[in-house]
This record gives sequence, structure tokens and C-alpha cells, in this order.
Amino acid sequence: MDYPLRAYEYWLRSYRRTWRGSVISSLVNPVLYLTALGVGLGSVMKHRGNALGVPYVDYVAPGMLAATCMQIASFESAYPVMAAIRWTRQFHAMLSTPLSIRDVIAGHQLYVASRIAFVSAVYLAIIAGFGAVHSPEALVAWPVAIVLGLSFSAPVSAMAAWLRRDEGFNALFRFGITPMFLFSGTFFPVTQLPHGFREIAYATPLWHAVDLMRHLTLGTASLWPAIGHVAYLAAWAVAGLALARRTYTNRLVT
Amino acid sequence: MSAGEALIHARDLTKRFGDLVAVDGIDFDVQRGEAFGFLGPNGAGKSSTMRMIGCVSPITGGTLRVLGLDPARDGPQIRGRLGVVPQLDTLDNELTVRENLLIYARYFGISRREARVRADRLLEFVQLSERAKDTVEPLSGGMKRRLTIARSLVNDPELMLLDEPTTGLDPQARHAVWERLFRLKRQGVTLVLTTHYMDEAEQLCDRLVIMDRGKIAEEGSPLELIRRLSTREVVELRFPGDVPTVEPAVFNGQVARLEALPDRLLLYTDDGDALVPRAHEALRPSSVLVRRSTLEDVFLRLTGRTLVD
Repeated sequence: MDYPLRAYEYWLRSYRRTWRGSVISSLVNPVLYLTALGVGLGSVMKHRGNALGVPYVDYVAPGMLAATCMQIASFESAYPVMAAIRWTRQFHAMLSTPLSIRDVIAGHQLYVASRIAFVSAVYLAIIAGFGAVHSPEALVAWPVAIVLGLSFSAPVSAMAAWLRRDEGFNALFRFGITPMFLFSGTFFPVTQLPHGFREIAYATPLWHAVDLMRHLTLGTASLWPAIGHVAYLAAWAVAGLALARRTYTNRLVT
Repeated sequence: MSAGEALIHARDLTKRFGDLVAVDGIDFDVQRGEAFGFLGPNGAGKSSTMRMIGCVSPITGGTLRVLGLDPARDGPQIRGRLGVVPQLDTLDNELTVRENLLIYARYFGISRREARVRADRLLEFVQLSERAKDTVEPLSGGMKRRLTIARSLVNDPELMLLDEPTTGLDPQARHAVWERLFRLKRQGVTLVLTTHYMDEAEQLCDRLVIMDRGKIAEEGSPLELIRRLSTREVVELRFPGDVPTVEPAVFNGQVARLEALPDRLLLYTDDGDALVPRAHEALRPSSVLVRRSTLEDVFLRLTGRTLVD
């Protein structure tokens, strides 16, 4: 079935307008963050005694990788999806051709997955450049990043189809994405959080991705926990797709 | 599909949105090569009907066959053979004129090479070749409409669905769109369009139905409808003050019917010129106009309302 690829092509063509800036930020941002947090903050920590067991840059790099994938996947599924429904109405255009709802959804998810595949590959290479990769297992972090991306892009796109106004995204980013970015183990171990908050952190898909990716780049991963993490992320992606199918249909096929 | 079978076949076709009945059990057939119109005011159910034919809106009841197929089962296959001009533009304003065509062609699975050939040919057809590389955003409403028409032709459709193709356009732009549609009609493309402009329906449609409140009020060719439901001519009288109340009997059988609108009085007659002296004498209007009956008069008679309010 090449139908989803037809929808995918729209997103690629649309991306061509902004690809330069986007590619530059996916190169520059990791370098800036890893320099500031890893090297800068890391050197302070070294003098004060670092309880993490590894240099801070090695600790924070996989966390930043996961958090970046989350942000890009969420952003690419928020405003662009609402635009394709309400502003450019491109989904309506697609649905007046042989494409159906599931092709429209699949084409867009494929595009987000491609963006994540590129960004995470670059990020992993830069992490390696900072000397923060301890094991070839780090390569497994690449497909994990894509599953992580889908675990956000699927539910967020379902939400984008359901929302009536884009103000709803402010709530998503303010109360969902940003707290996850800060408190799901990206910068410090979740065990530092008080009880209650710690359990919430464990429930977020980001924590599962951070924990797995960190074990992979540090070479400390073991099979069953890894499978558990991936299964949890995949469950979010699958549930998100099922929800998206409903919200897209309600919005577009009336 | 056998020859002579209708391109669109609808029986007791119904669309409900919750408690609202948008389309209330309508029957119609559209034959190959025909230009068929749905005429009616906003909210008459025209767009809902078009969306059901376009297989983007599931029917609530009745039977609908498009190109001999069932929209509920064969939606993608049917849509592959339709050309759709929706009421609201679905162009991507940030892409170029040509890119909008290329992207749309790809939705139909047309190869990139073939898409380029068709895009250039269609831009020529709608006289937009010079704007091919410009983004869509700054184009005028008429140009966007022409681009949407070009786009709808990219898959060489057997059946075109045009939902209010010229609403919101200035007169020149409307004529430019009509001219393109005429050419398509001459090439044998079946056109189905909705409009609330009477002149558009008279210009383009071989046959039409007048819809009101979800039902079909009348069906026929524009000329048939005018002959059957109106008189040959109309005398329009305007007055300095209020429109006077008057009975047709005043005109000794010369007036078949009269219609009092807020700003004018319409006298329906077969010989307008003969009626003018008598109208002057009896009513002392400030101005008198004799014109031919139009679909607007038919509509007024059927619904008691003017179309564009």
C-alpha cells in the first residue's frame, strides 16, 4: 500500500520550505546544550563531588536526546496537524482523493518518524563526539528514539484533531511537555523527587525512554527492562493512533 | 458500468446531523455528459448532498450510487475518478501554485514525471502559467478558484463536483471561471454544481433541481422551469413610498400572478409591453422595467423568498 506515502510526500514538500533552519538547529542545539550542561555544569559538579558515577555530560546527554525527540515529535504533531485540518485544510484536500483517514494519519506519523530518525542520528553522533558513548549498544538508542517519537506524536496529533482552538496546545506544553522535560530523569535521577511526584515521573513515557537510552549509551542495559520500556512506549503510540483515528474521523468525515 | 446507467443515482437520500435533517429523502439521477445543478439558498442541503456524492460524508439513509459504485464501500475508488472543487479552498498557501498541483496529483498516484506534464498543461488551461512559481498566498480569490479547478482536473476526472464555484468572486473572475467550465462541458466532462446564483445556473446547467430545506422542490431544465412555473415576462415596478397593495384582477387577466417585495412589485405576464400603460395608470410607479422571467422568479414562486438574502 503506497497510499500513506502519498500523504507523506506532502509533508516532505512542506518541510522543504524550512529544512535549512531546521537542519542547522538539529546540529547546533546538541552542541550548545552538551557544552553548557555537560561540560560547563559538569565541571562544577566534578569539583563538588559527583554522585552519579559517570561524568555529568555522559549522564545528561542521553536524557537530552530523549527530551529533544519528545519536543520535536510533539511540536510537529500539534500546530501542523491543526493547520492541515483548519487553516491550510490540506487533510480535506487529501480526503477528496483516493486517500482515507488511516492514510492521512500514517503519512503524517511517517513524516514525524523521519524527522526524529534524522535528529536522533545526528544527536547520537554528537554525543559520541563528546566522548559520552560507552558502548556500541548506543546504536539501539536510535530505533528507541523513533518509538519514543511516535509515543508522543500519535497522542498529540489525536489531541490536535480534537481541539477546537490552538490555545489548548499551551496547556499541553505548559503542564505536560515542559514538566516532563524537567522532571522525568533528563537532568537528575527521578529518585531525587519526593514520593508522589516520583511515581508520576515513572508513569511518563519520557522517563522510560530516558532510562533506556541512558543504559544503552552507558552500556549498562539489560534485556528485559529494555523490552519493558519499549513496550510501554509502543503502548502509548498504539493507543494514540487508535485515538487519532477517532478524532480525525470525527473532525474530517462528517 | 453499462451505457445509459446514471453516473449518480440517489433514492430517498438522507443526511442528518443529530436532530438536524440537512438532506431529507431526495431522489435524482445525473446522466453522463450532463451539467447538473443544485440550486437553493444557504442551508438548503446542497453542500451536504455534494459531500455525500464526493464520498467524504457518509449517508444517513437511502441509496446512493456514484459511477455505479457504493460510496460506503468503494470510496477511494470513486474519489479517484472525481474532480472536486470544494466550497472552501483547500490550497496550501505557503506552497507554490505549481507545487499545489504536483502534490495533489501525487495523492492520485500519478507519477512525478506525468504530474509535471499535467501541471503545466492545466496551468495553461486556467491561465496561471505565469504565476506557476509564486506562492498561493498573494493570489486573488479568482485566481485561487481557477487553481482549485485546475487541481481538480489533474486526475482527468469523469465527473466534476463544484460546490459554489464562483461565490465571492467579482464579475470578471466569475466569467473567467464560467468560460473554463463551458470548455470542460464541451469536452464531455459531466459537471455537478451547486450555486445560489440564478444566472450561474442558467448559464451552465442543462438540468437542475431547486432545493429548499433539505428537499427537492422542482426539477427540470432552466427553460422548462421558467415556462412551467413562471410567465414569459415580468414587469418590475418601483415606488417613491411604500409598495401598494393590489389584486391581479385590476389588470383584467393580463397579470397571471403578482409578488410584492419590500422594495418593488413584480407583475408576471406574457406580454410586458402591453401591460405597461395600464400599470402606469393604475399604480403611478416611479420606475418601470420589463424583463424576461428568470430562475429567480421560479424560486420566488416556489419558496416565497429571494435566493441571495
